[in-house]
Amino acid sequence: MAKEISEMNSQARRALGVDIGSTTVKVVLTEGDRVLYSRYERHLSQVRQKTLELVRGIEELLREEPFTVALSGSAGLGLSEAAGLPFVQEVYATGEFVKKYEPDTSVVIELGGEDAKVIFLAGGTDERMNGSCAGGTGAFIDQMAVLLNMTVDEMDEESLKATQLYPIASRCGVFAKSDVQPLLNQGASKADVAASIYQAVVNQTITGLAQGRRITGKVMFLGGPLHYCKGLVKRFRETLGLDGQSGVLPEFALYAVALGTAMYASHGEATTFDALVKRLEESAGKLSSGRDRLPPLFASEEELDAFRRRHAKATVGQKDITDYAGKAWLGIDCGSTTTKLVLISEDKEILYTYYRSNQGNPVSLVRDELIAIRRACGDRITVAGCAVTGYGEELIKHAFHVDAGLVETIAHYTAAKHFRPDVDFILDIGGQDIKCFKIRSGAIDSIMLNEACSSGCGSFIETFARSMGYSVENFAREGLLGKAPVNLGSRCTVFMNSSVKQSQKDGATVADISAGLSVSVVKNAIYKVIRANSARDLGTSIVVQGGTFLNDAVLRAFEKELGAEVVRPSIAGVMGAYGAALYAMRFEKSTLLSLSELENFSHTSQSAVCNGCANHCRLTVNRFGDGEKYISGNQCQRGLGIKTADETPNLFAWKRDYLTHLPSEAGKRGKIGLPLALGMYELAPLWHALFTSLGFEVVLSGLSNRKTYEAGQFSIPSDTACYPAKIMHGHIETLLKNGIDTIFYPCLTYNVDEKASDNHYNCPVVAYYAELLQANMDDLRSARFIYPYLSIDSRAALTRTLLPALSELDSTIRRAEVRRAVDRAFEAYDAYLDALHTAGKNAIEWARANGKRVMILAGRPYHVDPEISHGIDKLAASLGFAVVTEDSVANLVPARKTKVLDQWTFHARMYRAAEFAVQNPDVELVQLVSFGCGVDAITTDEIRDILDAGGKLYTQIKIDEITNLGAVRIRLRSLVGALDERKG
Amino acid sequence: MQEHSYIPFTEEMKKEYTILVPTMLPRHFELIVSVLRTYGYKAEQLRTSGQKIVDMGLRYVHNDACYPAVLVIGQFLEAITSGRYDPKKTALVLFQTGGGCRASNYISLLRKALARAGYPYVPVISFSLAGLENHPGFKLGLAEYHSMAYAVLYGDLLLTLVNQVKPYETERGSAEALAEAWTARLGKALGAGRKIDYKKVKETYREMIADFAAIPKREKETVKVGVVGEIFVKYSPLGNNNLEQFLVDEGAEVVVPGLLDFCLYCVYNNLMDFRLYGRGALKYPLVKLAYSFLCGKKRDLSDALVEGGFTGMTPFEHTTTLADGYIGCGTKMGEGWLLTAEMLELAESGVKNIVCTQPFGCLPNHICGKGMMKPIKERNPDVNVVAIDYDPGATKVNQENRLKLMLANARDNLHAAETAQG
Repeated sequence: MAKEISEMNSQARRALGVDIGSTTVKVVLTEGDRVLYSRYERHLSQVRQKTLELVRGIEELLREEPFTVALSGSAGLGLSEAAGLPFVQEVYATGEFVKKYEPDTSVVIELGGEDAKVIFLAGGTDERMNGSCAGGTGAFIDQMAVLLNMTVDEMDEESLKATQLYPIASRCGVFAKSDVQPLLNQGASKADVAASIYQAVVNQTITGLAQGRRITGKVMFLGGPLHYCKGLVKRFRETLGLDGQSGVLPEFALYAVALGTAMYASHGEATTFDALVKRLEESAGKLSSGRDRLPPLFASEEELDAFRRRHAKATVGQKDITDYAGKAWLGIDCGSTTTKLVLISEDKEILYTYYRSNQGNPVSLVRDELIAIRRACGDRITVAGCAVTGYGEELIKHAFHVDAGLVETIAHYTAAKHFRPDVDFILDIGGQDIKCFKIRSGAIDSIMLNEACSSGCGSFIETFARSMGYSVENFAREGLLGKAPVNLGSRCTVFMNSSVKQSQKDGATVADISAGLSVSVVKNAIYKVIRANSARDLGTSIVVQGGTFLNDAVLRAFEKELGAEVVRPSIAGVMGAYGAALYAMRFEKSTLLSLSELENFSHTSQSAVCNGCANHCRLTVNRFGDGEKYISGNQCQRGLGIKTADETPNLFAWKRDYLTHLPSEAGKRGKIGLPLALGMYELAPLWHALFTSLGFEVVLSGLSNRKTYEAGQFSIPSDTACYPAKIMHGHIETLLKNGIDTIFYPCLTYNVDEKASDNHYNCPVVAYYAELLQANMDDLRSARFIYPYLSIDSRAALTRTLLPALSELDSTIRRAEVRRAVDRAFEAYDAYLDALHTAGKNAIEWARANGKRVMILAGRPYHVDPEISHGIDKLAASLGFAVVTEDSVANLVPARKTKVLDQWTFHARMYRAAEFAVQNPDVELVQLVSFGCGVDAITTDEIRDILDAGGKLYTQIKIDEITNLGAVRIRLRSLVGALDERKG
Repeated sequence: MQEHSYIPFTEEMKKEYTILVPTMLPRHFELIVSVLRTYGYKAEQLRTSGQKIVDMGLRYVHNDACYPAVLVIGQFLEAITSGRYDPKKTALVLFQTGGGCRASNYISLLRKALARAGYPYVPVISFSLAGLENHPGFKLGLAEYHSMAYAVLYGDLLLTLVNQVKPYETERGSAEALAEAWTARLGKALGAGRKIDYKKVKETYREMIADFAAIPKREKETVKVGVVGEIFVKYSPLGNNNLEQFLVDEGAEVVVPGLLDFCLYCVYNNLMDFRLYGRGALKYPLVKLAYSFLCGKKRDLSDALVEGGFTGMTPFEHTTTLADGYIGCGTKMGEGWLLTAEMLELAESGVKNIVCTQPFGCLPNHICGKGMMKPIKERNPDVNVVAIDYDPGATKVNQENRLKLMLANARDNLHAAETAQG
């Protein structure tokens, strides 16, 4: 056969290009510049079969004469190897095609099922693909559409009607999801949310791929999502400032890769229809089974039966609502993706349950259910009390005049206790989140919630099931019987997508993938969220719940992974609502809307911007028929028109105030700008005094907001860096925009030596970010950016290291002047520290005098920035804590011994602050961790150890671009709840 | 401050404990282990690989810790729990630079992991030039370090020779086999305990080079691809999914700067600490001595290569100047300025295609790797560089797809250059 092929070489006029992406196969047959045939179809992971099918579909055309062929695309790689067919990398193929047929294009933006690519053509060709943490795009839009309960087309349609945009984290699908869900729950319009989702994709493409290179000139949009979603193209055009002429969506948008592949193919050897089909058919056995496999979930049918019998025992009594008369209590769990209602009798038996996906509008759903319940109750049953929990707690509470709201953790514990009074560990895996907590002496002891990056939970399996054309139930059932589950690891959804893709390529069955996904969800929970080594670490009496555990495959995987039996109540999916109902039993008479009130109920939502302060929170104003109003999206009470006598000490606010009010005076040597980000948050008083003394007018860039970030996002080269670093770009832009052309941000390998740690380094990002700014911010090149390597170990050292840079800046600056300025600088810094320590002490004294608790919000100095901590300090204060910072209390305890190498100045303070919390019963510590902070992988474990050993609760909050405070609120409220219970 | 409650490696332990060394550069480490044996240590390099190591690491190390920590600790724990070693008679050794990157904390992560796995009594030795810990049974003197320097030099020579021969060998595997044979022979020599005679060393260089030159080769069109990055994922096949082999299979000649450069970089940073901040004035003359000693040795090695018809190495003194105008030589955490300089060194020596490897979320590489790509490309438009992140969850497909893109462009550029030459 090889001989035949080579004989035909170069005689072929026709070329077949096959582009096999993550979700679809596209084929084109070309003859010269003419396209004879094109077709695309979803492959539902049956890559080889679908390709064969499409090839057979053009049998007639292909039989007419010999042709050349090539494959491309992420899923085409494996097939090309197995079948021995030529392969061309897809970005390369696109680039070549566009260069030939649309030579005046400057930039190509191509979005695929799971890939995003940007190709710069004008001014030096450069091709970029999304990295391993960039999230999908087409798949992401699909997921979001599911969340909105719309088809992709409907979502697109809707997005065109948007009137405003909400900020949605653009890093990856999971992050965005946790922004979108609360928006929906709070009643934001679907049109606005849909457009905001598109905007997130746009931002993602710009920061993730353009990486400092501006997208200008003629831009071409390619790939499925851009071909189908007009709204997405609109967002791109608006963001990049393009019109229909400069932002082009060509006819071949869908087939660019396939056409480029055909172009590549035409240089190769010709083949025939029969030869091609034979190769594809013969490749079946050759697809390697690369990923290793796990033992099956059940070795035999008997094992499965025994398992089912055992779990059937954990059940709760049911009573027919039509037979019952008397009092009843209602629990509502308005979760992130599902809404659950449970009505219970005086004997705690279930009269009515409801479990349904939110479909984007929980209010009308709950209303319909309440009407149904009220009708079913008639005059026989009195609803004596009602409680609501979950993400939508506040909204539902206001809408229907529910008696009480309670935090999820307490609701779940209440329910679990009903099944196992001695329960000491509860694991709840819901649609969006994993919650787990330990119970010690009847009180919640430690709470762990999944960080936004690992929330591959229920909805994640659901999405996968759907994408393979299965219902969740059938998908789970398949998994039980998987003979060799795929080992998919325990990382975030985005990684999982490509792991699944790879195992499909390797020929894994749906059963094996389903079982493998269940194992992954479980591993995520155990090793990422709980961080346990074994079942012993969890407890002796374990209750699992949440909708995800209704999936037997997940339950089995969990028991197998732990090597222990656990209790799964038959009502695992509605435990939150059941707990809320039990909680409501404390009420005798309910304020819940009556039947007629429910029937006349109306609800409208409207968006607005709060002008109470510089934050300009985007509010959603919900109005209900009875005049009740509920506003969400606010970071503080101001927008609600509530005047609070805000005297609770908040050291975050104190520091912001101090740093933004450093006195500025006109100076003989002109202006110098200091970007208020990263290390500047610590040393601003020092540098400010130094330059003031030298006769400069010092200008700080001020506090950040979302706009600050957006202003600088074009020049961020590494999208996995922490948010505090990324926001630095915006601060530089702010200074430049204000006409400051001399900017100072030094390189500091070493921070101040507080003589309380093994070494006094800065982290690499704080230490050397200036180098990155200089290298990546074109705008800085026209300014004077001063970033010398300095030592602040002593006055002499600073004077010595600073002098060369200063004389270069202004040749009139003399050593004596610098020495004097350095003296002033250190005096100012010392004064700042004194004031900070005094403020910390005062806050603690105030709390003690007023019977309040103290919360150390422990992070780095830059975490006080309002855009970085997103108002968590205000939230903590509103929950009744006096808020202090790690650096305001670290000085109150001597240096402590750590198990880790204690080598960073900022981090050493946190260890000492933890020690301070241990020594003081009224002081709690909550650690703020920026996503992407590698150093905190070390500090979090150490701080947890310190607090655990001292009998304190450890709470960690991961923060990023995310602006939603819902999850934080749960954590902090649970902390309050746990503390109250402990106190007894 | 760190609690000094770690288990010291005592002199008694030296007699009966087996010291396990992790894998990074198998041949280099084999030679270093031979040196340790010469000085009375029962040392052994772990040569294990496989998913089990990753699983063990994920189980006992914070999952946000960087990938090398997960792998190194996973490899140790797999060994300790395997039954192949008596945990009561085994010690572990980890290299610790004491730099500002979190890598200096691998050792405490390892100790925590051991405690959680039920082996809190296993001593962990900090192998550190900075003298961060005190282990009475593990004291290395000038003689030991001197021998190790030769282990590194031999290792670098083997690395370079294999890379330059492998794509062209007519019989697949002959370069690797020869390197294995030489590793065994050099190990014996280094382990024989004789004082090192530099004349002999240079003779050995020549002999090695002649051996590799004698391997039958054929003409083949290859693209040259340089590999730089975070030290562990750059070198370790376990960390980088067999990157070198993948590139060779794709028809590339791989160019990887040697381990000596990293050692020189560490030494040079001490010089910079004095020059920039006036730190370490006392040891400055000694450091300077060590620096010129190592630079000299690298030059000799490079000369031998050139003499034998191979491509030589860039003198380190020159490498230190390359990052000028890109990044300051004060950037000394992780691979720091060296990473930037190595990319430029490759470009200067005609290797325009570069893979920059790093663990996912590597902090220093935000600055000196990805952070420097824009100016590098602007000022060297023919450079074709791709950044690849490694992580337990990252799949080969994604990595290989990106590498294929880089290679497609590399081949294009090669053809364009050939056409231009006529």
